[in-house]
Amino acid sequence: MSRRLLIVLVAIAILAIAGWQLAMRMFMAAPGDLDLSLSKKSENGLYAVSLAPEQAPIREGPLESFILTVKMANGQPVEVSRIEIAGGMPRHGHGLPTEPRVTAALGDGRYRIEGFKFTMAGWWQIRFTIEAPPGRDEADFNIVL
Amino acid sequence: MKRWLPLLLVPVVAGGLLAVSRRGEDSFTVAEKKTIASLALTALPKLQPDPSNRYGDDPAAAALGATLFFDVRMSGKGNVSCSTCHKLERQFQDDLPRGHGVADTDRRTMPLAGVAYNSWFFWDGHRDSLWSQAITPMEDAREHGGDRAFYAHFMQREFGERYDRIFGPLPDLSSVPEHAGPLGTPAEQAAWRGMTPEQQDGVNRVLANIGKAIEAFERSIMPEQTRFDRFASAIAAGTAPGKDAAFSELEIEGLKLFIGSANCSTCHNGPRFTDGQFHNTGIPPVASLPPDHGRAEGVKLVEADRFNCLGRYSDARAGDCGELRFMAKSGKGLERAFKTPSLRGVAGRPPYMHAGQIATLEDAVAHYANAPAEPKDGSELHAITLTDRGRMALVAFLKTLGG
Repeated sequence: MSRRLLIVLVAIAILAIAGWQLAMRMFMAAPGDLDLSLSKKSENGLYAVSLAPEQAPIREGPLESFILTVKMANGQPVEVSRIEIAGGMPRHGHGLPTEPRVTAALGDGRYRIEGFKFTMAGWWQIRFTIEAPPGRDEADFNIVL
Repeated sequence: MKRWLPLLLVPVVAGGLLAVSRRGEDSFTVAEKKTIASLALTALPKLQPDPSNRYGDDPAAAALGATLFFDVRMSGKGNVSCSTCHKLERQFQDDLPRGHGVADTDRRTMPLAGVAYNSWFFWDGHRDSLWSQAITPMEDAREHGGDRAFYAHFMQREFGERYDRIFGPLPDLSSVPEHAGPLGTPAEQAAWRGMTPEQQDGVNRVLANIGKAIEAFERSIMPEQTRFDRFASAIAAGTAPGKDAAFSELEIEGLKLFIGSANCSTCHNGPRFTDGQFHNTGIPPVASLPPDHGRAEGVKLVEADRFNCLGRYSDARAGDCGELRFMAKSGKGLERAFKTPSLRGVAGRPPYMHAGQIATLEDAVAHYANAPAEPKDGSELHAITLTDRGRMALVAFLKTLGG
């Protein structure tokens, strides 16, 4: 009996969480399990990449700039030869409304990227393709406004 | 075990209800209330100075701009002013499918409420400031039909002292031909080429300053409070909307669709109901008109415009010209993309779209519901399911955005 009760209690807990998740998902613009971390390894693990808005919080409408920091796993700053920027809103099927680009290499693996514009609230994805002597690698960031 | 089964539904429903209960007591969810507040006029930020126009907030410049805006002598034949198409009593538009100055044009006249909040001007954004926009129709043969030298002489003759007080002395125009300009008739173009670079520069500056005065005036044209705004204020405050501001069931349904499943507020967002960006929504071209490439052409024109933010007649520093410097110049989203219009006052100004292709608000809603395929370039629209009542509801809601 007590074992049966345990099973039922566990089932209740799981289903309550499922009910909550289902309801939340219906009201959220972005998937609940979205990786919102602003520091991560690049896709093939070549670089430790972090993204910081120059002005927080990120606003809807005006132009925004970010500092992208590119380091090796051991913390050594990376001298990047080229950073390509792409992105958009996956749920709306459109790309970035502007063409952001690197406007300054600030040293210590830090690069200023200007010209982002988030024209609406919701889930935005930004992809940085980093070209540097150790190789070419990509890092995706999710931003939810 | 079977008798336990129905009980298992209890936690599912409870979990769901817990999330739903965050929606608030009335008919709007917390998220909906937030969106409604973001659309209300109270969310409109203070108008920031235009760094490209140092006279933008100068009252004397605004006064001169108002005079010029309504003066039909500001045209080649003395019969067209800005207000010929931008009619004061008609939301500063003209109710025509396509504007008519000296002759028929290819695009719908835009209303002007809140125009100074734009980053881009014209349907394709081929200008990046209100002042550089204002001078463009003046030299268009189908709009004002005038030429650059004529406008400079006209300013000197009619408004010389007012001009001097605002902008400083007019250039020496004594040897500038009466009619000359880089965009005019072959004779006017030849006369323009015959002028010295200094003379051309002087005339260009007068033209830019005419635009800057008109911008100073147009910055005062603001959106007015509507029934929707009064309703939204009450919703935000958690009070019952006043008598005229209370929405009918149909209007509430329309508002919910607008910010919900009909996806309207994806582009028609913020207190002006526009994202200020360019979208191809599959509006059919007008067969009798030359092809209109929309933003794809607009980016080239604004980049080449000598009166743009980075040009010598702009008062901005390069750092203030981010919109132009970081503008998207390529990509599939530009072809036949047109600027999202504001929806404030929309019910009062048919016909709709960039060349007046759609006659009624009902048909406009139907277009977005049906999302017809765009022959060449691919519309951004996704078809949505709207019942007849849903369409009526959207139209009813859109009518609350005026009066």
